Amino acid sequence: MTYVFDFSWLGEYMPVLLKGIGITLQLIAVGAVLGISLGIACAWARALGPKWLGGIVAVYVELIRNTPFLIQLFFIFFGLPSLGLQLGELTAANIAMVVNLGAYSCEIVRAGIQATPRGQFEAGASLAMSPFETFWHVVLVPALQRIWPALSSQVVIVMLGSAVVSQIAAEDLTFAANFIQSRNFRAFETYIVSTLIYLALAILLRQLLRGVGWTLFPKRATR
Amino acid sequence: MTLVRRSLLALAACAFAAGLAGTAPASADALADITARGTLRVAVPQDFPPFGSVGIDMAPQGYDIDVANLIGEKLGVAVELVPVTSANRIPYLQTNKVDLVISSLGKNAERELVIDFSTAYAPFFNGIFAPDDVEVADIAGLSGKTVGVTRGAVEDLELTKVAPADADIKRYEDNNGTISAFLSGQVDVVATGNVVAAAILARNPPKRPELKFLIKNSPCYIGLNKNEPALLAKVDEIIAAAKADGSLNAIAQKWLAADLPTDL
Repeated sequence: MTYVFDFSWLGEYMPVLLKGIGITLQLIAVGAVLGISLGIACAWARALGPKWLGGIVAVYVELIRNTPFLIQLFFIFFGLPSLGLQLGELTAANIAMVVNLGAYSCEIVRAGIQATPRGQFEAGASLAMSPFETFWHVVLVPALQRIWPALSSQVVIVMLGSAVVSQIAAEDLTFAANFIQSRNFRAFETYIVSTLIYLALAILLRQLLRGVGWTLFPKRATR
Repeated sequence: MTLVRRSLLALAACAFAAGLAGTAPASADALADITARGTLRVAVPQDFPPFGSVGIDMAPQGYDIDVANLIGEKLGVAVELVPVTSANRIPYLQTNKVDLVISSLGKNAERELVIDFSTAYAPFFNGIFAPDDVEVADIAGLSGKTVGVTRGAVEDLELTKVAPADADIKRYEDNNGTISAFLSGQVDVVATGNVVAAAILARNPPKRPELKFLIKNSPCYIGLNKNEPALLAKVDEIIAAAKADGSLNAIAQKWLAADLPTDL
């Protein structure tokens, strides 16, 4: 072990790293908000919606959950232009993440919805709530509260998985690390730095999601 | 008595040394040796298409192999192909295992110290490629364009230095990513090697990468041992004749899908 560490490149490449962090944060912000929204809508369709819609959603969920994220990304970025749909790398990355998280969060939220006791629906109906009101106030919020930790984990997984968008030249944090590494040839140091940044981002994201959970579900006993 | 014995010993030592030297590269005239032997031994690549690779019949094929056969034919001798890697092609020549290195060899000052080079026989360059309808004449013409390039490749480093600030450079992980981005229209132009462009052209795609301008030129030369003026002159003569009669251009068309540059 006589490896000599050299971090002198850090200052020169700081703008590249910061830009990479910014893109990764942007990707996960859009991906999480739209992805979870899509997941909730899909969970409703699968658990409570009309049968035909549930069927379509089931196909979507199985398709996404049983194929690699990288292939989904390549399909959108390299494949769709053949059908005339030309998307920039950031748009393609955003869409891929929303679609991916949508499918996973659909199943997580559906689990929460289906764990709702039958009596809750009947209670809503007996209070003269419309089916939508019952779903929104009586079913969804407690369901989300139940599955929030699982959903948070999935968001963090998708954030870490976003590393592969560097493959379509989206300039995220992994792209920045690869870019720097191909210029300074200090692979060890470069990936140490990027690993630490990812770690910090993941911890921050977890804390943020926990805070969101506290705000959305204030001190309400599950039972 | 001792003096005589000593001289005899010295003489024997000299003869021994001379005998050793005789097995080393510097025999009197490599060209005469080749003609006498009836075979020309050529170091060729086997892992670097389209210059040299192994075909489905397990025989070597490629630009370099065709050039080797062309030279053998003109010398009137059989050709023995010796597969080499890029790391051992010059040692093979120095240890006299081969007569010529035709292995997409570029010329530089360090190599010129140890071996001689013929005139250039194959084009090898990085450049900007784009379909016919894209107007790019020089580096300033990249302004406002999206340029695909393989991250960390020589052309990436060169381009980063000279490209205008508003050229949008997209860096892909490997050549396949760069090629896919070009073919799917994600980038207007690509910065890549003529060999990669030839590989794209070989698939006959709807978007054809045509050379717009050069970034870095480093043609290939035939390598041979130093102090072989007869062989060098003969090889140069054969290359010049092959350029003149179009047979070298036919090889370029076959493997690189492009005419030889006029300045080669």
